[in-house]
Amino acid sequence: MKRTLKALLFFAGLILVWQGLYLKHLWSPVLLPSPVSVGEYLWSVARDGSLASATVVTLRRLLIGYGCGLVIGLPLGLLTARFNVLNDTLGLLALGLQTMPSVCWVPLALLWFGQSEAAMLFVVVMGTLWSVIIATDNGVRNVPPIFARAARTMGSRGLHTWLRVMLPAALPFIVSGMKQGWAFAWRSLMAAEIFVTILSGFGLGQLLHYGRELNAMDQVVGIMLVLLVIGLIADKILFSPWEHFLRRRWGMAK
Amino acid sequence: MTLQTELQNEAPSKLSVQHVSKHFRSRGRAVHALDDISLEVSEGEFVCLVGPSGCGKSTLLNIVAGLDHADSGRVVADGAPVTAPGRDRMMMFQESALFPWLDVLDNVLFGLKLKPNLSRPERLEVARFYLSLVGLEKFQRAAVHELSGGMKQRVALARALAPNPRVLLMDEPFAALDALTREQLYGDLQDIWRKRKKTILFVTHNVREAACLGDRVILFSPHPGRIREQFKIDLPRPRDINSVDLARHSTAITAALKNYAIREEVQVAE
Repeated sequence: MKRTLKALLFFAGLILVWQGLYLKHLWSPVLLPSPVSVGEYLWSVARDGSLASATVVTLRRLLIGYGCGLVIGLPLGLLTARFNVLNDTLGLLALGLQTMPSVCWVPLALLWFGQSEAAMLFVVVMGTLWSVIIATDNGVRNVPPIFARAARTMGSRGLHTWLRVMLPAALPFIVSGMKQGWAFAWRSLMAAEIFVTILSGFGLGQLLHYGRELNAMDQVVGIMLVLLVIGLIADKILFSPWEHFLRRRWGMAK
Repeated sequence: MTLQTELQNEAPSKLSVQHVSKHFRSRGRAVHALDDISLEVSEGEFVCLVGPSGCGKSTLLNIVAGLDHADSGRVVADGAPVTAPGRDRMMMFQESALFPWLDVLDNVLFGLKLKPNLSRPERLEVARFYLSLVGLEKFQRAAVHELSGGMKQRVALARALAPNPRVLLMDEPFAALDALTREQLYGDLQDIWRKRKKTILFVTHNVREAACLGDRVILFSPHPGRIREQFKIDLPRPRDINSVDLARHSTAITAALKNYAIREEVQVAE
């Protein structure tokens, strides 16, 4: 509770400083609007429902894309960790593609899928998949070999060893990889929404993009604030409970 | 299989190591880990393997466990050649190798769940029986990282005993513990062994420990790993690690160990 209060005070202070400097007219309001006008913009889009609908559209794309990335990436990561031949081929490809900014996939996505949801999904999956593969692979490789040996003496074999020993033993790494994958998915989606204009849904990235086109910096800054809040909430809801659980059970000092 | 038969002690096994040799490569160099090792262990016997590091004693243990394969020769447990790990031979390691994602009870249950023909309540009862045997019945729901080093090894012992093996293979299980905890465990292990008779192969480089625990102490020398000498320890049990009689035995073994170490150095110098 005390920590929440501190955080709230910090952000309130930040906004106060922003407003104070704005009132001194150090810069043109076109470059950076006042927190008050950003607040007014957010209030207006909140009231007419466009903020909520854009958030829903964006989060749906994000969850579907991220989900696909996990469902494909986790097993592939297990496979690259298990088979050297896959590690030397697919693993290398994943390593290379992981470092590539996912916005690079946009031209291909547009060409292949047109201005569609599929193009958007493709970019998000490409942004997520590789880091999930790398993290899973890395997690499994970091499992002390003694776990598998101990399990073998107790009669564990093959798939049982993988599901009951290797996977849980690698879980701390996999969760941090999933967290990284989430951040990549989020970035990819924003890039995709800014570059792909489609009629099937108007997301937060598109709101940001039109704010730029209209030179409406209150809109741009307002949407950026929304993105920041969503990022924070996602971290607290999706990953904090996991990390807390891992710390308590595995006893990792982080 | 009923719970009664499950909790009855399985008859200890007769182990026979026959002309086992093993080479492997380590950092680009060929290592002759075991050279024509033959060893007979009778039922319920407690045998300690002692020697300097690199003498292949842990490798031999892994081969008996079925985790590693011999280049030549074979291991026979109860008349059947060992080809893979089996529940009749359970192993304990220097690190406890307990699974941190499971609590104490679930760790002990891990091997039991892989054993066919046991119902859930039976498994629980067996696991609790062995946890109380090692004195940790109050820690069933504790997380592994909450336990001290000695407690971890107790859980590891309970986990190894739970599937009711006939052979217990122990690879320096007390080496990483402090002296006080170790002394306590020497007493407890002897007590547990008296109650649940197993054939035990116990690897250590601590001569006193070997003399305290073993019916027989087998001295290994390295490069290549060979059996040098055997010592019969005919002291009454339970034995106290600090007793004078025990010191007499361990002094003799240490002298032999030094003797081979010096010969080895001379050989290297030549």
